[in-house]
Amino acid sequence: MIKIFNLWKSLGGKEVLRGLDLHISRGMITVIIGGSGSGKTVLLRHLIGLLKPDAGSIFVDGVDITKLNEIELNEFRKKFGMLFQSSALFDSLRVGENVGFPLKEHTTLSAREIEELVREKLALVGLFGVEHLMPAELSGGMRKRVGLARAIIREPEIILYDEPTTGLDPIMVDAINRLIMDLQHKLSITTVVVTHDMSSTFKIAHRIAMLYGGSIIAEGTTEEIQESQDPVVQQFIHGLAEGPIKVG
Amino acid sequence: MIAFLELIGAKIAETVEEAGRIMLFFWHAILWTFRPPFRLRNLVKQMEMVGVNSLTVVTITATFTGMVLALQSYTGFRRFGAETLVGTVVALSMTRELGPVLTALMVAGRAGSFMAAELGTMRVTEQIDALGTMAVNPVQFLIVPRILAGIVMLPILTVLADVLGMIGGYVVGVELLGINSATYVRRTFDYLELEDIYNGLIKATFFGLVLSLIGCYKGYHAEGGAEGVGRATTSSVVLACTLILVSDYFLSALLF
Repeated sequence: MIKIFNLWKSLGGKEVLRGLDLHISRGMITVIIGGSGSGKTVLLRHLIGLLKPDAGSIFVDGVDITKLNEIELNEFRKKFGMLFQSSALFDSLRVGENVGFPLKEHTTLSAREIEELVREKLALVGLFGVEHLMPAELSGGMRKRVGLARAIIREPEIILYDEPTTGLDPIMVDAINRLIMDLQHKLSITTVVVTHDMSSTFKIAHRIAMLYGGSIIAEGTTEEIQESQDPVVQQFIHGLAEGPIKVG
Repeated sequence: MIAFLELIGAKIAETVEEAGRIMLFFWHAILWTFRPPFRLRNLVKQMEMVGVNSLTVVTITATFTGMVLALQSYTGFRRFGAETLVGTVVALSMTRELGPVLTALMVAGRAGSFMAAELGTMRVTEQIDALGTMAVNPVQFLIVPRILAGIVMLPILTVLADVLGMIGGYVVGVELLGINSATYVRRTFDYLELEDIYNGLIKATFFGLVLSLIGCYKGYHAEGGAEGVGRATTSSVVLACTLILVSDYFLSALLF
C-alpha cells in the first residue's frame, strides 16, 4: 500500500532521514518507534505530503506522491486522515464544526446531514453532546478523540497518528489505544502510528519498524522485534539509559 | 575590518533572501486568489477584523491629528496673518499624507499584529498543517482573505480618517480659535483637488497590502512555540511600519 524508497531529508542543516526504506501493508497497524528527535514525525509528514523529500520516493497505491503538484496532492490527501500530537483542532471553531470541517469543504452534504455524521463519528470515539463546546473547554484526552473523529469523518483509507498517547493519563492512553484498534478493525483502515510509548506499541501493533540514525534498522512483528538481537532495539524497547543510544 | 565587512555582507544577503521569500509567498497568494473555491465568508470575516474592528483606533487617531494640525498651523500662520489657510493645510495634510500613513500604522499595529499572532499560533499548534492534511490549501484558506481584506479596507478607513481629520481641524479652527466658518470651509475646498484624495487612496491600498502581507508572512512562518509567536508578532509590526514609512516617500515622489 505504502512503499518508501531511499528517502533523504535534511532540516536545519541536519540529515534527519538518510536513505530510509519501508513498506507499510494495507489494513494493518504499523507502528514506527524511535527516540525523540529521531525523525518519526518528519517521516509521517512525508507520507501525507506536508514535507517534500530531498531525494527518494513514496508510492501510495502505486502513485509516487513526491512527484505530485499541490493540486494533485490535495486530491490524493482525501485518502488520508491524520491525528496530530497536539490534536490541531481549530481554536475558532466549535467541536461540531471542527469535526464536520472536511465534509463542509469537500462535499455537498446539507448542514443537517453533516451534523448527523458528526454526531455519529463523535459517538464512535465515545463523545456525546460536545458539539457545541469550544476546543479550549476540552481535556487533553477529549481533544485527541475529537481530532480522531475529524480524521475519520470522511472514512479515509489510511490514517496517520502522530504520538497519539503522549501527555495522557494511563486510562486515557488505554482508551485511545482501544480506539485505534477498534477503528482499524471496524473500518479496515491502514494505520500508521509513530510513538515512543512501548507499552502502547506492543498492545496495538501488527508490525513495528524502528527508526534510528535516519533509517529503519529493524522491522517485523511484535514478537520479532522483542526477540531482535540488535542492541539498539533492545535498549530502546526496554527503556535503558545505558547502551549504544547515547542520552542527551 | 574583514570580519565587520563579512557581518555587513551576511546581513545584506539575509535581507535579500527574506525579501525574496516574501515575494514568493505573495506570488503564491496571487495564484491561489484566482483558483476556486472563492471563500467569500472568510473574506467578509477578515474585512470585519481589519476594518470594523479598527474603527475606534482610526477615529481617535485621525480626529486628534486633525485637531492638533489645526492648532499648530494656526500658531504658525497667525505670525504672518494667514490664519484662514488652516483649513487648507489640514485638508491637504490629511488626504495626501497623514490619513493614509497614520491609518496604515494604526492598522499594522492592531490588525497586522493580530494576523501574525493568530497565524503563528495556528502554525505552532499544527492547525495550518491540519488544513493541509484535510486537502485545504492553507494559503488559499487563510492568507488570501487576509491580504484582500487589507487591500480593500485600508482605503475605506483612510477616507474615514481624511473626513474625521478635517472635522477635527474644523472644530478646533472654527469653534476654539475663532476662524470664520464659511472662510474655513471655502479655504478647505479651494485648494483640495480630487487627485490629492485618490493618490492618498492609492497609497492606502499599497499600505494595506504591505501590512497584511507582512503580518501573514511572519505568522505563517513562525516557529518555536510561544516565544516564536511573540517574535513573529513583534517583527511583523516593526517590518510593516518600516516598509510603510519608507515606501511612503517613494510613492509620494512617484504620485505627486
